[in-house]
Amino acid sequence: MSLPIVDAVNEQYDSSTEPLLQIRDLEVGFQTQRGIVPAVRGVDLTLYPGQTLAIVGESGSGKSTTAQSIIDLLPGTGKVTGGQILFEGRDLTTLSAREIQEVRGNLIGYVPQDPMSNLNPVWSIGFQVEEAIKANNIAQGKEARLRTIQVLQEAGLSDAGDRLKQFPHQFSGGMRQRVLIGIGLSSRPKLLIADEPTSALDVTVQRQILDHLATLTRDYGTSVLFITHDLGLAAERAEQLVVMYQGKVVESGPSQEILANPQHPYTQRLVAAAPSLASRRIQAVKQNDSADTEIFAKGAIDTTLLERAAEREHAAPAKDLISVRNVSKVYRIRKQGFRTDELKAVNDVSFGVQKGTTTAIVGESGSGKSTVAKLLLQLESITSGTIEFDGQDIAGLRGSELLKFRRRVQPVFQDPYGSLDPQYSVGNTIAEPLLAHKVGSARERQTRVLELLDQVSLPASTRYRYPSELSGGQRQRIAIARALALKPDVLVLDEAVSALDVLVQGQILNLLTELQTELGLTYLFITHDLAVVRLVADNVCVMRKGQIIEAATTDEVFDNPRETYTQDLLAAIPGGNFEFGR
Amino acid sequence: MPNKKYASQGHYVAPLEDTPVAPIDKLDESQKARSTWADAWESMRRRPTFWISSVLIVLIVVVALFPGLFTSVSPDKNCLLANSNGGGEPGHPLGFTRQGCDVYARLIFGTQASVTVGLLATLLVTIVGIVIGALAGYYGGLLDSLVSRLGDIFFAIPTVLGAIVLMSVLPSRTPVTVALVLSIFAWPQIARIMRGAVLSAKNSDYVMASVALGVSRFKILLRHVVPNAIAPVIVIATVSLGTFIVAESTLSFLGIGLPPSVMSWGNDIGQARTSIRTSPQTLLYPAAALSLTVLSFLMLGDVVRDALDPKARARR
Amino acid sequence: MLWYAGKRILQMIPVFFGATFLIYFMVFSLPGDPIAALFGDRPPAPGVIAQIRAEYNLDKPFIVQYFLYIGGLFQGDLGTTYSGRPVSDVMASAFPITARLALLALVFEAFAGILVGLIAGLRKGKWFDASALVVSLLLISVPTFVIGFVLQYVFGIQLGWFRPTVSGDAPWSELVLPAIVLASVSFAYIVRLTRASVADNLNADFVRTATAKGLSRRRVVTVHVLRNSLVPVVTYLGVDLGSLMVGAIVTEGIFNINGVGGTVYRAVTLGEGPTVVSFIAVMVIVFVVANLLVDLLYAALDPRIRYAK
Repeated sequence: MSLPIVDAVNEQYDSSTEPLLQIRDLEVGFQTQRGIVPAVRGVDLTLYPGQTLAIVGESGSGKSTTAQSIIDLLPGTGKVTGGQILFEGRDLTTLSAREIQEVRGNLIGYVPQDPMSNLNPVWSIGFQVEEAIKANNIAQGKEARLRTIQVLQEAGLSDAGDRLKQFPHQFSGGMRQRVLIGIGLSSRPKLLIADEPTSALDVTVQRQILDHLATLTRDYGTSVLFITHDLGLAAERAEQLVVMYQGKVVESGPSQEILANPQHPYTQRLVAAAPSLASRRIQAVKQNDSADTEIFAKGAIDTTLLERAAEREHAAPAKDLISVRNVSKVYRIRKQGFRTDELKAVNDVSFGVQKGTTTAIVGESGSGKSTVAKLLLQLESITSGTIEFDGQDIAGLRGSELLKFRRRVQPVFQDPYGSLDPQYSVGNTIAEPLLAHKVGSARERQTRVLELLDQVSLPASTRYRYPSELSGGQRQRIAIARALALKPDVLVLDEAVSALDVLVQGQILNLLTELQTELGLTYLFITHDLAVVRLVADNVCVMRKGQIIEAATTDEVFDNPRETYTQDLLAAIPGGNFEFGR
Repeated sequence: MPNKKYASQGHYVAPLEDTPVAPIDKLDESQKARSTWADAWESMRRRPTFWISSVLIVLIVVVALFPGLFTSVSPDKNCLLANSNGGGEPGHPLGFTRQGCDVYARLIFGTQASVTVGLLATLLVTIVGIVIGALAGYYGGLLDSLVSRLGDIFFAIPTVLGAIVLMSVLPSRTPVTVALVLSIFAWPQIARIMRGAVLSAKNSDYVMASVALGVSRFKILLRHVVPNAIAPVIVIATVSLGTFIVAESTLSFLGIGLPPSVMSWGNDIGQARTSIRTSPQTLLYPAAALSLTVLSFLMLGDVVRDALDPKARARR
Repeated sequence: MLWYAGKRILQMIPVFFGATFLIYFMVFSLPGDPIAALFGDRPPAPGVIAQIRAEYNLDKPFIVQYFLYIGGLFQGDLGTTYSGRPVSDVMASAFPITARLALLALVFEAFAGILVGLIAGLRKGKWFDASALVVSLLLISVPTFVIGFVLQYVFGIQLGWFRPTVSGDAPWSELVLPAIVLASVSFAYIVRLTRASVADNLNADFVRTATAKGLSRRRVVTVHVLRNSLVPVVTYLGVDLGSLMVGAIVTEGIFNINGVGGTVYRAVTLGEGPTVVSFIAVMVIVFVVANLLVDLLYAALDPRIRYAK
């Protein structure tokens, strides 16, 4: 059950070894017009040579700020306002600009979060790696070039020699992250700070890269300070955990101990909400009692919800509400010159969805899963094949027929920041579908808006607010309320919870499950996250390169995956092998 | 509860009093709700530059509309050659032009021509640019290709160069014709900006959501796309008002803008060039009036841009 | 890159024909007698009118007129001035002077503008930044011809540091003051553009990563911040050539320089319509070609453009 890296015994680091990094009472603040706003408030942590320590927290917990303050990478207005950062006994907060420059890269490497924005688009890959090697005096001249190739090869780019002159936009996300890891490790630093190094990547790529990183750091004896929002990932990759919340450390210690026996209520929440493989489908029991609100307050996926078995799954198969048959979607892509290339985004896909159930379509980026959603929503036209909704072919729908269809099938999109018009108040946003379909009088629409806000557990006053004033989770609730306004039969949820912090994600999943039971909704759930699939779906279709390679009930797929690709996906779920203390 | 330990890696749990756990994702109801425009206003209102430029602009517009309120001296009658290039004296604070007319009176009466050209040209290019840019960006296809290529052609002729050619063959020269001529060559800039902004707004999720909700295409353009794409156009329009005024004065200075019978700052500056050695006031005062007007619009444009810039908003 | 260059050249062709057609159309198909309008209040001798009519083929249909004009262009026939001299002759003597002036102005506005903009962007909110912003706003709001008069008066006449007017062969040294006048407005725009771009790039993720690599501050600023900030500045230079041409008309007029701008200036003020039209048509062609070069430079600076389909 335990992983080799975690096996590295804890007792090894007793008082006889000097810690590599010690952060004591660190305070960091950001200067604003209203004075200094604290972001990190008294953080302590200790890291020994060769050890891996993970800081876990949600967005805004101060985890990245803590990491950045170590080598003075804080953005413009940020400042260390108190405490010490001792690296090999030297306080880094007191160093001059010149001295800290010697530490950066040389003694402490850094791997940033987003591979898309962290390489300079106007310089070649080779230039950007070589620059780091020269700056840290690892090698000069011709040797630097050879070393560059070596660094990139070690980072997993086997054809590095041929690709030195290429530019970042010619590399995939995973490749760029390998380049960044290569840069971070190029001078064999004693400490590597890895700030969410894989959160922008697909799970299978993420696994490969993290495995590779673990091997390299073990070979070099590098300590790793790992920043992540994913408790499962943290536990799998680090011996030591530091859980941060609102700028403070709420709990720290050996990973296994914390997972098995979380003490602080916040850690308990996190552990409970982590969608591990052990959890079963959330079954929303119709509860009108007070336990309902209790769940929201706790935000975790309550185990009592998980218990009821789904009778529906065993009931006689009813007629499909949605039936997708041999559907393909071909895009024409303009290449250099006047040639065009055909891209089969969706290739001969068939599946059915029964009323009142949840079907998940799972796949990595580029698998065609979102295109399926757009085809079903009639946002893109089908190239060949048919999609029937309630016995009617949707491809030919026009005018009022199409409107009628739109009333019954509603979307919720991934990006809670992009799917609401920033110029529209929440009330107007939710009322928009009612207005478009000319439902009710102005007064009736107002009443319906209040009703919907209540359904998604937001106070009535929310209707006067604008999207920029709301959090991601709150915006996603608004998007759900808008989708529900016309009392649809089907919701197409395109990565609807992927951008949210884990606790908020759990809360929204609970809400969706409840709404399904209450309103008899049918869900098509598009996601890349298999762990979430198990919580909500009855059936799963696994997509790869435009095709459905495996389709079965959720339990079948998870307990008995037939395709190797599905097995890989399952194995790549971080923390999948852990027993979470519940 | 374990004590706070520095150098240890044992299981540490923060005291609950220190780290209370808040409810997840609770809406902060204490803050006042504000739209993006209200937000922009809120930030503009705090800037002294905004008030300075606004007050100046209002003043300039009032002068343009009611020049008689500001002087009782006639700008072009009763000019005595005896006063030619004379300095300031009581009743004529800024002195006299070469023709012996009152500089101050000409300054006041010249406002109208410059402001008319600036406002009219800005209004024209903004309306034309917004409509053409929005339609081209939103509907795309052949319309977009045609409009974009046409825009490229007009864009290839620098505004004032084109205006010089066109003005030199036009039989009538009034502030309206000057504004028209400038707009003919200046609309592609606004149209390009609008098209770009519309393209990015069009591909946003909220537009896709509206399509899926069943809102009609044209209504989406009016309700969602245009309101979200208009901010950069407003900024450019404010700034271009100033550049149109400069362009008019350049044309008048070259002698092909407004005819000498129309009082304008550009004409007066052009005529004063021969007297700059003996009486610099005849050149400097109208130049100062012109620059102050342009400066007001530039400053306003800066403030508006800062207020509408999403990046600046995020930093606040 | 080759593909990109080919595409840009292909795209330039319709613009070239469109722009020349537009100018031709404006002059010769507006209602009324274009010849009379071109000469304004001073009707020329009947012989001149006949000559112009013949030259512009006004007796033929409009579209034929245009193509005859374009055909002439390709054979080096740029039209005729008011006095009957071929435009190409005047161009030959005037163009080098204007090219020198424009080069000086470009060098000045690019170097000084980028330098001041860089310092302002690095010290955003400090006094240098604030004063750079104020000065640039002032420069933009004062018309070029006013700046020209004032500098000519102060430095040329009062202080006597420069010659107030430029002699016939326009040596480099005499062009310094006119070049500064010509560059002033564009300098201000470049300062503002560079400043905004530098301030933006300073917050970019790749700049933080560059710092984390252990690079010196100087290297981070030059290699990563400044280099990336040049991309929008170069794009601006293309558009700016247009205002530089207008500025050249005014500046060369004020300093009495015998360049292209000066020729146009005198033709405009004297009401010599045909000269104005011929010269401006040539200037527009230069503008189109120069913009093509700027586009290629832009592609050289930004690999994403270079490799775009």
